[in-house]
Amino acid sequence: MRNPTTPIAELTGISHRFGATVALDQLDFSLRAGEVVALLGPNGAGKTTLVRVLMGLIRPSEGRARMWGLPPADPAARRRVGVMLQVARVPDTLTVREHVHLFSSYYGTPVSVDDTLTAAGVAEFANRRFGQLSGGQRQRALFALAICGRPDLLVLDEPTVGLDVEARGAFWSGVRGMIARGCSILLTTHYLEEADAIADRLVILRQGKVIRDGAPQAIKRQIAARKVTCTTSLEPHSLGAIYGVRSVAVAGDAVTLLTDDAERVVRELLARDPGLRNLEVTGARLDEAFLTLTGGQPGALPLSPRGATSSTEGGSRVEAVGA
Amino acid sequence: MWKPLALETRYELLKLVRLPVFAIMTLLFPLAFYLMFGVALAGSRATGGRNLALPLLGTYGAFGVIGVALFSFGVGVAVERAQGWLLLKRATPMRPLVYVLGKVGASMAFCGLVVVTLVLCGTMFAGVRLTPQQLVALVGSLMLGSIPFCALGLAVGFAAGPNSAPALVNVIHLPAAFASGLWLPMEILPNGIQAVGRWLPQAHLGQLALTTIGQAPNPQPLWNATMLAAWTVVAMAAAVLAFKRDEGKLYG
Repeated sequence: MRNPTTPIAELTGISHRFGATVALDQLDFSLRAGEVVALLGPNGAGKTTLVRVLMGLIRPSEGRARMWGLPPADPAARRRVGVMLQVARVPDTLTVREHVHLFSSYYGTPVSVDDTLTAAGVAEFANRRFGQLSGGQRQRALFALAICGRPDLLVLDEPTVGLDVEARGAFWSGVRGMIARGCSILLTTHYLEEADAIADRLVILRQGKVIRDGAPQAIKRQIAARKVTCTTSLEPHSLGAIYGVRSVAVAGDAVTLLTDDAERVVRELLARDPGLRNLEVTGARLDEAFLTLTGGQPGALPLSPRGATSSTEGGSRVEAVGA
Repeated sequence: MWKPLALETRYELLKLVRLPVFAIMTLLFPLAFYLMFGVALAGSRATGGRNLALPLLGTYGAFGVIGVALFSFGVGVAVERAQGWLLLKRATPMRPLVYVLGKVGASMAFCGLVVVTLVLCGTMFAGVRLTPQQLVALVGSLMLGSIPFCALGLAVGFAAGPNSAPALVNVIHLPAAFASGLWLPMEILPNGIQAVGRWLPQAHLGQLALTTIGQAPNPQPLWNATMLAAWTVVAMAAAVLAFKRDEGKLYG
């Protein structure tokens, strides 16, 4: 059961447009003290815009945003938040220690510089300039800037993009340290596995709307699916119309269907195409199932041939699919 | 407010000092110009026997501080904005004013360094003698007078990208310095250029600096200060507009 206290963050009916692009569409979202929430979704789903609205960096076209009941740009709200945004580069000529020293001065009751450096695991390269750090070291140094103000909420926007497995592990152990101290977390990521491992609540965005919100176990159960592969003369469109089929992908003469109800779909397939060959039913990987969820209409089907493809790097990086 | 401001200023200054390109562009250029035209030509036939070391100290001092302000703001802000660094700082409780004033403080300190270096050169190599009052007035007016150029640089920094900002700063800086009589005395410039130059903030800072060392042909310090203040207001308005426009583009 979730903590029934007042929310840390509350978005009500938020819409935001950039020119003709709708980034957020009548979105409601709230985060309560102690929660570890992962925002998931393909590129362009609105994750970063949502974070920027919460940070008071964007004034949304419509709707109301509150942090601890205050407007997000209020310094009293910002003093309680630590942020890691996607920063391309950092001023190279200052050392990690110097940057942490400066950022600490922005907060009312900062942690001492040395304690911050230790907690973020950057003490051994604290006197090196930012320009000399590796990618993993840089992300941890940015993490140090995010935690130096003793935050109640830590906001991490795509914190592990481009990091290798080892650097990711080191990074998440720092985040776990903050969770152990009672800090709430809001993170955005492409990596479903990471979100699953650290979050106690997943919020899945698609085209600026929340399409799933719940505990990882429940979401996984909802999106679990099986893969039916076969060679058939049936057209992709008629395959997509079979009840229970979530997506259709064609590769050569093989067709792959993703479905919640494999038995029913197989019966239907065999009834419609007596010449069907090479039938195979396997469990779909979580990221494949997730992809159909974020790529297609909720409850309907992405019928392009690339409907359910593109999982790379041997993990579960989810790419934007046919929006 | 004061502790973050002090630290912001200190670390901004460190950033400038540790950036070799910046130090070369802003310290060595005015120094080299001053050594060539003010010191090497001192009393030569090219100048009709006049010793230009003293008046050129005022105008090259102005040229130097204008370069510092335009580059540290124009290029510095454009780069930090493009990197996403400015956005990260804006998400912290840091007041935006602290960011701007920290940069102003660092830029002014560097300006002081540039002017003092020029004065030392003039004193050692060209027989320039300033009274303590003149020295304080020269350094002080040039440091304070760099503020409108900080504001101009801020506008450039929000309007231009990190690659175009250095070019844009040079396009503003060099022709305006020439037209404002910072390289050659205003009186010997063609009338058409004088007519434009007399309205530029560069000209007014140059005249103000000349006034402090008794070298202005026609001293009007109040008028100069008023014009500089007016340019500050205009440039700040432009900077705010450019900032708002940039803010609307935040997309992700």
